[in-house]
Amino acid sequence: MQSRGPRRSTTRPGLSVDPCRDYLRPVTDIVERARLKVLERGEGLSYDELVEVLQLPDDRIPELLELAHAVRLAHCGPDVEVEGIVSLKTGGCPEDCHFCSQSGQFTSPVRSVWLDVPQLVKAAEETAATGATEFCIVAAVRGPDERLMAQVRDGVRAIHEAVEINVAASLGMLTQEQVDELRAMGIHRYNHNLEAARSYFPSVVTTHSWEERWDTCEMVRASGMELCCGGLVGMGETLEQRAELAAQLAELGPDEVPLNFLNPRPGTPFGDLPVMSSADALRAIAAFRLAMPRTLLRYAGGRELTLGDLGTREGLLGGVNAVIVGNYLTTLGRDAEEDLALLSELKMPIKELAKTL
Amino acid sequence: MSDPVAHRHTEGGDGSTVRTTFCGLCGEPLDAGDHSGCVRRLQLEPPRYCGACRRRMKVQVTPRGWTADCVEHGPLHR
Repeated sequence: MQSRGPRRSTTRPGLSVDPCRDYLRPVTDIVERARLKVLERGEGLSYDELVEVLQLPDDRIPELLELAHAVRLAHCGPDVEVEGIVSLKTGGCPEDCHFCSQSGQFTSPVRSVWLDVPQLVKAAEETAATGATEFCIVAAVRGPDERLMAQVRDGVRAIHEAVEINVAASLGMLTQEQVDELRAMGIHRYNHNLEAARSYFPSVVTTHSWEERWDTCEMVRASGMELCCGGLVGMGETLEQRAELAAQLAELGPDEVPLNFLNPRPGTPFGDLPVMSSADALRAIAAFRLAMPRTLLRYAGGRELTLGDLGTREGLLGGVNAVIVGNYLTTLGRDAEEDLALLSELKMPIKELAKTL
Repeated sequence: MSDPVAHRHTEGGDGSTVRTTFCGLCGEPLDAGDHSGCVRRLQLEPPRYCGACRRRMKVQVTPRGWTADCVEHGPLHR
């Protein structure tokens, strides 16, 4: 990617005709301020600064991505974490998350189905075969009941006996007892997304609150499990609300942030929303990286639709340092081999299991 | 291209070939309307409707594939 040298050099001390004057002039350009604050000092951008990033014109996206990539390399290193996910319990969810085809409240074609333990182990084996170090078990529920906890308990035990891979889980909102039990099972990381900015959340979910989600995240982190917490963009939120989500995630400080792009699902309240533009998606990727310089930033659902092949490459060179390979919960992803070949071409090593333990 | 098996043919539960009448993605009759958008979308999602009877199928997506099962006409695999 080409940097935009002339624009940058006008605010860089020492490169203009009168360097003394430049030293006294405040740096006003948001990319230059981000370079000083995030890349050099390792501090995330504030909400107001993130709004400025998201408002940058299209012709500055390459420069923005270049900076986000430099931040990722400087503060996270070159490794990319690879993960596979599988739906243990699909459909029939009582919640009304407006983006989700698994809600039982909408007329989605997704039917309820459970995965048995042998199938779960097979999915973990397939995931490990890609070089992935993380395998996440997901259930479409408000929170786990005893039947689900028992299935997870049996599944995690069977996976640990058969496959060398970290097991993560995403089972909705938890009680403290369930947090403790999941940790005792050996769950390495727990996913619970904020989904949307606090100010936009009531337009996305009405059956539970943003604060309930935050509380589960706090309990998970306090337990010693790694916290995976992200959200979706492209759900009709304003740029300010997109910046708000990034800032709130930065305040929470998860180990990993999965960034999803809305894939409008038939039958859901958001089913007719337009697909987010690739330019907006790339600005969002860079903004999230500049908000959280040291966090794993994972490409999650919707990237194939929103960004395509070219955008996947740009994102990996624009701040992303983790991917979900293969399929998602109810939709299909790129072939895992394509992503792995791309990582190889970009000379981005896959994080080894030993580095994650 | 989408999986032609998912879109054009259905393997019956007994192994026989069943005539496909409905779109696996939207569930509408294949001879009514344009399903080229459905064909494109089937690259990124599994079929949800049985091509023979339009029943919603039980679909399980896994990291490297999917299965779809019609209570009347049996499973599809990829």
